[in-house]
Amino acid sequence: MAAEPKVAARVNIGRIAERYGIFFVVIVMMVFLTIMQPEYFLSVQNLTNVLKQIAMNSLLAIGMFLVILTAGIDLSVGSILALAMMAVAMADKAGWPWEIVILIGPAVGIAVGALNGYGLTLLRLPHPFIMTLGTLNAIRGLTNLISDGRPISGLSAPVRFLGSAQIPVPSLGPFGAIPISGFVLLVCYGGVALFLRKVSVGRHIYAVGGNPQAARVSGINVDRILLLVYVLSGFFSGLSALLLAGRTDSGFPNAGIGAELDAIAAVIIGGASFFGGRGTVLGVFSGVLIMGLLRNGLNLMNVSVFWQQFLIGIIIILAVYVDVLRRRAAVRTEELTHARPGQNLLRRARGLGSRSTTT
Amino acid sequence: MNETTATDGTPPLLEARGISKYFGAITALDRVAFHLERGEVLGVVGDNGAGKSTLMKILSGLFQPSAGEIVFQGTPVRFASPRDAHRVGIEMVYQDLALAGNMSIFENIYLGREPGRRMLGLNFVDHARSRQMAAEHLERLHIHVKSVDQNVEDLSGGQRQAVAIARATAFDARVVIKDEPTAALAIKEVGKVLDLIKSLKEHGVSVILISHRLDDVFYVCDRVMALFRGANFAEASLKDTTRNEVIGWIMGAKGHTTALAHDRVQ
Repeated sequence: MAAEPKVAARVNIGRIAERYGIFFVVIVMMVFLTIMQPEYFLSVQNLTNVLKQIAMNSLLAIGMFLVILTAGIDLSVGSILALAMMAVAMADKAGWPWEIVILIGPAVGIAVGALNGYGLTLLRLPHPFIMTLGTLNAIRGLTNLISDGRPISGLSAPVRFLGSAQIPVPSLGPFGAIPISGFVLLVCYGGVALFLRKVSVGRHIYAVGGNPQAARVSGINVDRILLLVYVLSGFFSGLSALLLAGRTDSGFPNAGIGAELDAIAAVIIGGASFFGGRGTVLGVFSGVLIMGLLRNGLNLMNVSVFWQQFLIGIIIILAVYVDVLRRRAAVRTEELTHARPGQNLLRRARGLGSRSTTT
Repeated sequence: MNETTATDGTPPLLEARGISKYFGAITALDRVAFHLERGEVLGVVGDNGAGKSTLMKILSGLFQPSAGEIVFQGTPVRFASPRDAHRVGIEMVYQDLALAGNMSIFENIYLGREPGRRMLGLNFVDHARSRQMAAEHLERLHIHVKSVDQNVEDLSGGQRQAVAIARATAFDARVVIKDEPTAALAIKEVGKVLDLIKSLKEHGVSVILISHRLDDVFYVCDRVMALFRGANFAEASLKDTTRNEVIGWIMGAKGHTTALAHDRVQ
């Protein structure tokens, strides 16, 4: 009896470490960068810059996160970004009213996301990798077709607003300002966090990722959940297209090449399981920040871009390895506590959870 | 055999008549008859491929029969999905338990039926209420867990089985179907699960138990029914039969039971 509070305390520390550990890494990085580059790193200008730079990847990553939660993958986000960006730029150039133009970005994203979702669920393609690899190419091709491969620059002010406007904050110094895109991020991340935590459909996304068979027999429409996450991923890609168009004052058909890999990297660094069902919004945000701070910090220290790429690769491997270690430790404790069939342990050690199907 | 009906005027709680199920050219079930009384624990036995699981999946709405009808309390019913079966109170505990290991006990119990408030067309889950309901429900069933917040993947096999049963009975279940509940359990946990089945019976819930383990069947069941190659083979009240006779049924033999009591393969 006396030992019980101790056990509870240990479990809590474990939980806190699991939930906030990755955010702690972000803080350590920030402290390190502050010490290394005291006059630059913490300057308002630099921090605003980081925020603007991570805006695109963070929106792609939050959509990717929802997809990865269901054990899926969306390779088409970079292509969706380009198509939505070109569509926005072309509509603006054609003189469409801005109220319509700003809706085009997200609308294009939703449309392609729905295509991904229906392709996956109606055509019963074996894995989302296939469907979204298809749309990665098809949508990029379509972007070049409609734009003739040429960029467009010079957008109207209201269309640029979300991506480029700043709210001046004099108390932060002469250059003090908070970019509007920061608020967009805040709303998106807060919204997704609330949705995943509080709304039953959000919980069902975790259930589908944890054990689709369990979700199905609980009366959850698994296909509808899958459709939803691809639509949301498309929506966030379209929204990030609007921000990028605003920031660069243009639309270019080569935008977002390889962006899907950055988004996947951020989600994985943030501690989400590639096999679905595991991960937090704060983790994803940390993953995005770690990548952003790494690039920013190495830039400030004049380290070559090639090193940035190299280090991000190493961090991805390390982040997942830490997760593997953690899971192995959890399995070992369990093995000591209960006599369980070895097969289950093996399955869990591989991180596959209980996803066998009835015969 | 005409051992299928034995009622006194009131219709059985659940009845199936002439159920057939074809998967392409394969006949999984051939005109199977079935009935279940109120508060009864029925054991369903049969060799692998005898059609036990298929029959249960039809009764729980996961499969639709190719022919035949299901009658619940005297009224014919049609289950297009497990949801329809849940509506009349038929719940199935699957062999692989069908739990989401990455989620907590209380969330698994109410998965797909979360208590909450509807706002803007979305159901906002009341986690506090869900947690409390789960704790009370587990208490009623005498299931002890450290905390309803534990993830299901951190539980032992027997505890998972208990959570699966709690899930099945969370919403006024009338019939709980259990597919091989003890097959993957440690010996010491088998007894707990079987006692849980007995306590369901005391709560007035009818239970269908599919099991290969005759120890289980003879411990909890009131009646046993054997399927053989997708058809009714035999059935009897537990007090009117013996272990050896039931083993014979599983192997498709009647009568010369003593000869089959040992590990003889046909």
